[in-house]
Amino acid sequence: MTHTDEHPLPFWRKYVFSTDHKVIGIQYAVTGLSFLLFGFGLMMLMRWQLAYPGQPLPFIGHLFHEKAMVMGIMLPEFYNQLGAMHGTIMVFLGVVPLAVGGFGNYLVPLQIGAPDMAFPKLNMMSYWVYFLGGVTMFASFFLPEGAAQSGWTSYSPLANIATTGQTVWLVGMIFLITSSLLGSVNFIVTIVQLRADGLSFFRFPFFVWAQFVTSFLLLLAFPPLEAAGVLQLMDRLAHTSFFMPSGLVVAGKVLEVSGGGNPLLWQHLFWFLAHPEVYVLILPAMGIVTEILACNTRKPIYGYKAMVYSVIFIGFMSFIVWAHHMFLTSMGTKMSAFFQITTMIISIPSVVILTALALSLWGGSIRFNTPTLFAIAFLPMFGIGGLTGLPLGLVASDIHLHDTYYVIGHFHYVVAPGTIFALFAGIYHWFPKVTGRKMSEFLGKLHFWPSLIFTNGVFMPMFLLGLAGVSRRLYDPIQYAHAQPTQPLNVFISICAWCLGLSQIPFILNFFGSLLWGKKVDKNPWEATTLEWAAPSPPPHGNFEHLPEVYRGPYEYSVPGQRHDFWPQHMKEEN
Amino acid sequence: MEKYYGWGLPIDISTHGPEIDRLIYVIHIFMALLFIGWFSFLVLALFKFRARPGHRATYKLDHFKTPTYLEVGIALFEALLLVGFSFPLVHKVRNVFPDESQALQVRVVAEQFAWNVHYPGGDGIFGKTDIHKITPANSVGLDEKDPNAHDDIVTINQLHIPVNRPVITRLSSKDVIHSFGIPVMRIKQDVIPGQVIPVWFEAKKTGNFEIACAQLCGLGHYRMRGFFTVETEEEFTKWFVSQPPFVALPLPPVDQSIVPSPPQGEREG
Repeated sequence: MTHTDEHPLPFWRKYVFSTDHKVIGIQYAVTGLSFLLFGFGLMMLMRWQLAYPGQPLPFIGHLFHEKAMVMGIMLPEFYNQLGAMHGTIMVFLGVVPLAVGGFGNYLVPLQIGAPDMAFPKLNMMSYWVYFLGGVTMFASFFLPEGAAQSGWTSYSPLANIATTGQTVWLVGMIFLITSSLLGSVNFIVTIVQLRADGLSFFRFPFFVWAQFVTSFLLLLAFPPLEAAGVLQLMDRLAHTSFFMPSGLVVAGKVLEVSGGGNPLLWQHLFWFLAHPEVYVLILPAMGIVTEILACNTRKPIYGYKAMVYSVIFIGFMSFIVWAHHMFLTSMGTKMSAFFQITTMIISIPSVVILTALALSLWGGSIRFNTPTLFAIAFLPMFGIGGLTGLPLGLVASDIHLHDTYYVIGHFHYVVAPGTIFALFAGIYHWFPKVTGRKMSEFLGKLHFWPSLIFTNGVFMPMFLLGLAGVSRRLYDPIQYAHAQPTQPLNVFISICAWCLGLSQIPFILNFFGSLLWGKKVDKNPWEATTLEWAAPSPPPHGNFEHLPEVYRGPYEYSVPGQRHDFWPQHMKEEN
Repeated sequence: MEKYYGWGLPIDISTHGPEIDRLIYVIHIFMALLFIGWFSFLVLALFKFRARPGHRATYKLDHFKTPTYLEVGIALFEALLLVGFSFPLVHKVRNVFPDESQALQVRVVAEQFAWNVHYPGGDGIFGKTDIHKITPANSVGLDEKDPNAHDDIVTINQLHIPVNRPVITRLSSKDVIHSFGIPVMRIKQDVIPGQVIPVWFEAKKTGNFEIACAQLCGLGHYRMRGFFTVETEEEFTKWFVSQPPFVALPLPPVDQSIVPSPPQGEREG
């Protein structure tokens, strides 16, 4: 069923309101990357206040509205807006849309040999609902009282009594959640129904498995947050009290609410999503790294089946660890024992996957191109992120480390040099497929090495801040005596963060430059085995010239007795 | 003055703290060993199996035994951390409260952005409170009609405790979620509106320290700083009797040598 349209579509149907999974994937990826840059920009502003509290921001400080900065000096309300929106944007508008919407949309149909997603119009709708959510979030900065400022976790009652920005945040979240739900249904149906002939589940590239499990996580974890979002919206607009207990006194005045609600209900609903969400962030990244390492070590992945079982196990377990975010909320010791045990158990499959990937290098013939460098760096960086989860997963040590910079260091190691490095690896790896041109290796390495050094410079000192007991989300870190000795570290972190910003310039140049001047490539520049490399670069509408059939597993590299060191999945005869 | 704070863990002056610190150290040594071992393997593999002329990848290697041992080892060690360290310690900190007749009892009422510290006064009984009676001068809303309230002492951001005596603190919040953290005591507890949450601790060293809010509670979160003073019994008594009671007493004078003793019954607002 290779069909190309007889009559060409008008521009806006082809590139704007397109139903082609590749165009939608690119739309997701470009929007997601733009939000990543924007979210990072917010953080770079915050880092000025953290390094030099109360000092005017040079050069650009006076450009801000007086409700954000007075004479270039940041106000606490603006700092809290930046904090809340940095988290929201990076997670919900940056990483997930890029990893799932971008990579998932573009690659899954290609890797399973399908001409498109199962529901192309639903796919288009999920992008545009996401886009509306993004516009809503972005626009909330221009409200009279600014954007949401109760943290990306939006704990009630603080969020209930917050300014209008919170209402807009909730509306934005409802758009984003709806978009993810539509997308996840589409992925599940596509993966189950549209597989090429011969593509059994254990012949899936690991990336497809990762997206498959991720889709279930999105489908099952997001509805509770959507419900919670609606309830908080009702609390704010219709004066219900789902999350508001009786007898509150705010700023000396008794609060007129019906009461009887419970603030912990919000936390349970929020973390019931937000813990699986962590795996939504990390599983596609593991998938990308697996693809790139298999291809660039020129050998099969070690322990592929163990990895698949692990990823399924992670999927199940991720639904029963959420309350480890709430160890300090007066939880009973029996309950906390349960969540400590599940938290320790979920670390095991992650270790299995990480170990399998590291062992996959053994016996390979490793090509150190840019995608491989980013993919290899993912391993120790994610490793640090995982290991530092250990003291946070045990209540006894969490008492001291909870809500300190240790937590920030921990999850940023997982997401920033972890997931985002994997996403960069993926961009360098599949750019030739998407555009038909390679990205520059020189600029790629100029992007990789400084990024690696400076991300570690940003996040490693945070563990020291956390051990010293410095709370997170402090507008001015030196108000507390116990935070003053570590203030030089804050200066160091900020300088590294700005240098990390500068290190992204080679990537931006490379991205746009390679679109125009990159070296042209054919179908399979990396000599890879999976199905997307059987399609032309870039793939036309309908993807394949002939729908492929699959004869073997995904990573048949360096098979003895073969002439070439790769044996594509769709190739019937010897290669 | 002794150095309390630096780049590592702050000074530890609590009786339960050394065990928390030991756990933190044990985990970090374990993490470091695991990471160094694993990272060395990574570097070795990257060097040994770099692409170069004449080198070819091996299709399938024999099954490694090491990862299985490693996985099992890690699982066992995690089980040990849970059963040997975390469970007993959490049980001790959260479930085994000191004898109320021995302990100092105090209420801490958090609000944006201050810690109201409420002592029961010489009679050892907390007076009734009512949210409708809260004014700037009566920050916890004590009821002046309740005789038990008359000798109560309320301070703002000043928590004084005697050294070497357990303290039971009942935490509540007027408005939003705060988190009552004392870094040097290795104590941190979220303060949830609508709940009264008891925590206990015992200091074994005197000094002036800090209470820090650890949960984002609004614009002033960064300056929600309380002062935490650990004194000898004599100094504490001296400070205690110097504090003005809630109502200047027309009642029979309280024996000022009595340091707050256990409450017979306490009431929450």
